[in-house]
Order: sequence, then structure tokens, then C-alpha cells
Amino acid sequence: MQFGLTESQEFLKNSARKFFAGECPSAEMRRLMETETAYDATLWSKLAEQGYTGIIYPEAYGGVGLGKVELMLLMEEAGRALLPGPFFSTAVLAGSVLDAVGTPEHKKKYLESICKGEVRATVAMLEAGASWNPRDIQLSAVNGSLTGEKLFVSDAAVAGFILVVARNGVFVVDSKARGLKITRMSGMDLTRKLYTVEFSNTPAEELGSNLNLPRAFHIATAALAAELVGGMQRTLDLTVEYAKTRKQFGKPIGIFQAVQHQCADMYLETESSRSAVYYAGWALEENSPDAAVAVSIAKMYCSDAARTVGNRGIQIHGGMGFTWENDLHLYYRRAKASETAFGDATFHRERIASLVIDSGGVSAKGA
Amino acid sequence: MDLNLTAEELAFRDELRAWLVTNVPKDWNAWREKPLEESFPYLRAWQRKLQEGRWAAVSWPKEYGGRSATLMQQALFWEEMARVDAPPMANSLGLGLIGPTIIACGTEAQKKRYIPKILSAEEIWCQGFSEPNAGSDLAGLLTEARLDGDHYIVNGQKVWTSYGSLGDWCELVVRTDPNAAKHKGLTVLVVNMKSPGVEVRPLRQMTGESEFSELFFRDVRVPVENILGKVNDGWNVAMSTLMYERGSYGARLHLIFKRFITRLIELSWTIQRNARPAAEDPVIRQKLAQCSAEIEIMRFNQMRAFSRITATGVPGPEGSIQKIFWSELNQRLQQIAQEILGSYGQLLAGDSHAIDKGIWSYAYLRTRGNTIEAGTSEVQRNIIGHFVLGLPRSY
Repeated sequence: MQFGLTESQEFLKNSARKFFAGECPSAEMRRLMETETAYDATLWSKLAEQGYTGIIYPEAYGGVGLGKVELMLLMEEAGRALLPGPFFSTAVLAGSVLDAVGTPEHKKKYLESICKGEVRATVAMLEAGASWNPRDIQLSAVNGSLTGEKLFVSDAAVAGFILVVARNGVFVVDSKARGLKITRMSGMDLTRKLYTVEFSNTPAEELGSNLNLPRAFHIATAALAAELVGGMQRTLDLTVEYAKTRKQFGKPIGIFQAVQHQCADMYLETESSRSAVYYAGWALEENSPDAAVAVSIAKMYCSDAARTVGNRGIQIHGGMGFTWENDLHLYYRRAKASETAFGDATFHRERIASLVIDSGGVSAKGA
Repeated sequence: MDLNLTAEELAFRDELRAWLVTNVPKDWNAWREKPLEESFPYLRAWQRKLQEGRWAAVSWPKEYGGRSATLMQQALFWEEMARVDAPPMANSLGLGLIGPTIIACGTEAQKKRYIPKILSAEEIWCQGFSEPNAGSDLAGLLTEARLDGDHYIVNGQKVWTSYGSLGDWCELVVRTDPNAAKHKGLTVLVVNMKSPGVEVRPLRQMTGESEFSELFFRDVRVPVENILGKVNDGWNVAMSTLMYERGSYGARLHLIFKRFITRLIELSWTIQRNARPAAEDPVIRQKLAQCSAEIEIMRFNQMRAFSRITATGVPGPEGSIQKIFWSELNQRLQQIAQEILGSYGQLLAGDSHAIDKGIWSYAYLRTRGNTIEAGTSEVQRNIIGHFVLGLPRSY
């Protein structure tokens, strides 16, 4: 058993870190978040050149064919850089849904263009009830068209097509389709824009049934948790650096245990989140029987930990932590948005409960 | 990253499993142990049996009676032992901490003299580290050893000594140079507990039992050949022992915790709360799920740590997160148990209404010690702050 990264996994992680540090440093991230969509065509083509847009998809569709652990590593590094724009929506969420639900023809048509970096895409799931439980979906396609509204759709304005989760299946809607109206929602996270998407007798192509949707959502949920790990690591690094250099009472504030122990807790929470995410990636890759529990464990833990790590980081930064110019609040905003996306900690605890308590025992695979 | 067991690991586990099927005692009650003294002959016999199968000290080198097991195999060993509710071994400190220290730092003569009897449980070992005024600040210890010809004369007091009342030998940290800086003047001595001037007093703890003792040393004569390692190098010898303390032993914890939570989930279906089973109460469900998840994360953290140690060769300061994680998790777990059990949670062993023979009230109290023993949570956070994150030393 080896719960460490292989050489090629280390290589991927390190080169991703270098890539994001070079192509999307803090100043660029801030520039993009102030734009209307946070999307940048040049950055996108570089992401595609790296193969990141097709990282987990089959080579037959222009992907790189790497595993879910590799996806976790990439997303962790994207999260560390607070990568703005539709990368998660396109390369993780829409891609996974296409991969899990679509026919080979659909994949050739839609997934391949994602892998090649030719198009942006997203998935529309939530409705007015804002429930992540697929059973609560109201919208239905009737005779190949949709009428209704989806909320909290990430990056819809730059999507070439939108995958719509309806009661009776998953549907593809072209961004230029008739009766489609996309409106900005002003969310806390400035780096990932949210939209309402209204359909009025809008033509929609059926992709497939909802049966395989959970698989795609598990991948997206774990990837979002991985992104949170990167954000936590960045928050921890900034905070430890600050605690070493900021002086009060003639000493670096990191010498005081009230500060130092909070840093230790940030480290514990970040590392534990990372363990949970890597395990979830591995369980998904292996189709392990405990994959669903593992994903919920990761999302539950990271959702809470990212908020707590952010709280501590801002507190330790004191007045500086409360300023706009400090990056911490940008990570904190992302953490809040990602906390609720794909179910918050409370949602996933109930899911764990239904998997673990209702079967009368802890259902984890023994080592 | 590959979490499947390798062929060697599987072979090791399967050999152990097969051995345990025929050898593990069926009459051991893992839920509630009798006082250690009462069960001690039983535990000695169990350890001897394990050693007949060469299973008592799997981490030790083959030449000393072990199996040169990798860290992962050691972790599997503790998991399997927990899985079958195997009794603990009588000489657990000798096997887990002191034996490895003797093998690493001892002379050939010392190894020959002590190692076989540690393995056979013929001689039981205890550890004299903490003192009334040297707990977290271990290097501040005052027990002194004055050289007198070919003997040291030891005077002082130790506290929180596990197996103190049963010990034949003690790994004792003493101050041999009162003028040196506090970490520099320490030496580790091997002390015969039957020596004149050694007095052992049981220490009653908040659970009511006495797992620990106080040791008093009054003009105890210890021959100089009983120095373990070098004179005034005791800090390094003692630290290598503490490293072992934070090693693979924790691997069994997730199975022990899992046993508790599995039982608790079972109970939550029979205990009523607001006119329905506690297991259907949304708040209880949230808490049980949180706890179950954290038990899994503890396991993931451990697996990652084992892989890291296997790669680097040394247990690093990151081990401190394990200690904080399991000890605080155990406290939360027992708190949730108390919530679910309600009024029954307080009942002690022997009460006819007690659930599971009173294990829950005992465990609730016992977990308070978890964040204190083997390095307090505060000390662990200092270790992370300074040695992992590079923050300035706070003390």
C-alpha cells in the first residue's frame, strides 16, 4: 500500500503549480475577477495546450486519459491559484456529465471540443428550491424543448452549450438557442460567476438518462473539494508567512501560542482535508464500493475546514486580513461559494448517515 | 498512489490471520478489562504464545526475534489484532518502546541480557520519564544520578509510570550533569525495580483505576554498565523512544473507534429520543455521521503518514497531527455517546441498569486523559508550529 504520490503524479502537481503561478498570478487573478465573465481566451488556450481541459477524458476524444487522483492534484493547484473562469464548469463538471451520460456520438460532438479547448460549457442543476437532491428537480423536457428556470449556474455566459438536468434526463442546450435567457447573479465569489438560465420553449437535445449522473457529480464534488484544499494551503502559507514577519510587542506574532496554535490547527485541517480528497480520488478511480461515502466525507470535511481555515487566517492577519487588498478574502469568498455547491457539510453528513447509519454499521472498506 | 496491499503485505496479513484463527483466546473480553494486575498472568501467557509464532515484536529485526516488518506490515499487525479483539501483550512498553531503544542504542551485552526476556514477558518494563515538575517540559527533570565509583546513586521521583507496580526494569531518565544546559545533562539508566530504595505507589486517576504509579528513588545504586547510550546523551535516547511511541501503534485506533461507533449506531436504533429511535433524529444523525467521517479521515491521515515515513525513513514532526486528531476525536465520540445514552450514560460498571457493563461512563472519563498523555495537545501544537511550520519557538 502506498498513499503517497507517484513520481509522475508529483511531476503533474509541480508543473501545474508552476503553470498557474506563471500564467495566473495574484494580479492576473484580480484582473480577471473584475471582468464581466472572469474568462480569458489566451489563458484558456494555454490551459488546453497543457492538456488540462481533457485531463481525465479518453484519448479517443482528445483527452489525456489520466485518473481521478491526477484530477484532484490539478484542481488542488488550480485552487491554490484561485484560478478564475469556467475551468471547473467546463473541464470537470460538464465534461464528467458528458462522459458519464452521453453516447459515443455525443462525446465526439461535445466532449472532444471541451478536451481540445474549443468550447466552454456548464451544467444547470439547481432550481428555485436550491436543492442538490436530484429528486427535487421540477423542470421537465416536453417534446424536445424546455420551459422553466435554473439558478446558480456557474459560467453560463461564456458557455457554448449548457447541460441541463431535468426530471426526465439530461439535455444539451446550445447557447444560441431560441428562448434562452442568461442573467448574472451577484455572488460572493468574484472569480466564478453565477447566472440564472431561463428557458422558454427552448430546443434541447437529449443526452441521456439521469441514471449515471451521480457518477459525474461525485467526480465534480471531489474536484471541488480538491480545489478547496489548494485554497486552504494558500491561506495557510500566507498566514504562516505573515505570522513570521509581522511584529508586535517587539516580536513576530507567530511566537505567541494563541497565534501559533491556530496555525497548527490550520495545518491539521488542511492536511486532513487533503487526505480525504486524495482518498476520494482514489476510490473514484478504483470504483471502490465506498466511493460515494468517500466523496461525501471529503466534501463534508473540506466545506467546514475551508471556512475554518479562512476564519483563522483572517483573524491572524488582524486589520490587514480585513482589507480588500489582501487576497485572503478572495479565497474566503470562494470557500463560501464552494461550501454550498454540490451540497454543504450538513447535506453530506445526512448522506453519510443514510449510507452508514441506515445500514447499521460503518460501511468502509477495510484495509 | 496505490492503496491496495502489495503481495508481501497480503502474505504477511494472511499468515497472521491464519495464525490468529487457531491461537487467539476466545475468553478475552475486550470491552472491559479487569484491573491489569488480575489479568497479568493471562497477558504474559498470551505474549509467550505470540512469540512462539514470532508475532510479539514484528517490527524488530529478525536477528533479535522479530520479523523486520515494514511500517505498513506493522500497521497491518495492529489492525489484525484489533480486528479479532486480541488481548494486549503484557510487556507492551518493553516491546513497543524500550526494546527498540535498546536495539538502537544499547551495547551487545545489554541486548543479550534484556532483549530475550522482553520478548518472553519474563521481565516487564516500565518507563521513568515524567516527574511532578517535568511533564511537557521533560528536559526540566530533576531526578539526579551521582557517580560513586562504578555505581550511580539515584535520588528523585517519577510519576505517570505505566506498569510501575508490575515492572521488573525501568528505563529511567536522570540528570547526570546538573551544570550542563538542561537537555545536555541527561542520561538514560536501566534500573532494576527490585533494587533497595525503589518505592512504587499506585496513582489513582479520575476513572477510579490505577493504570499509573508514582516511583520514588532513595539512594538507589545502579551499576554504570546500565547506562543506555552515552552519558549525558539521554535526551536523544529518550526522544528516540518517544518517536516509537508515535509510530505504527496508532493503526489499531481506527478499528477500536470503529467498534465504538458501530456499537453506538446499533444502540441509537434501540434508544428512543423524541418518541422515535435516536438514529432517526436529524441532529443525532449529523453527529454520528461527522464522527464516522472523522474516523475514516484519521485512517487516511495515518496511511499517508506511514507512506511518508516509509519513503523518508524517519517519523517526522507531522506525526503530531495524528496525536491531536485521534485524541480529540475520541473525546467527541464519547461525548456523542453520552448524548445518545442520556441518563444511562453515567452508569458505572456493576450497576444493573448500565449499558454494555458501564463501558461508556468509563470511556467518557478516560478520554479526558487522551489529550494529556503521550504529549499534550498543546505540546503537539507547539511541535507543529515550530518544527513543521517554522514559526519561532514559543517557550
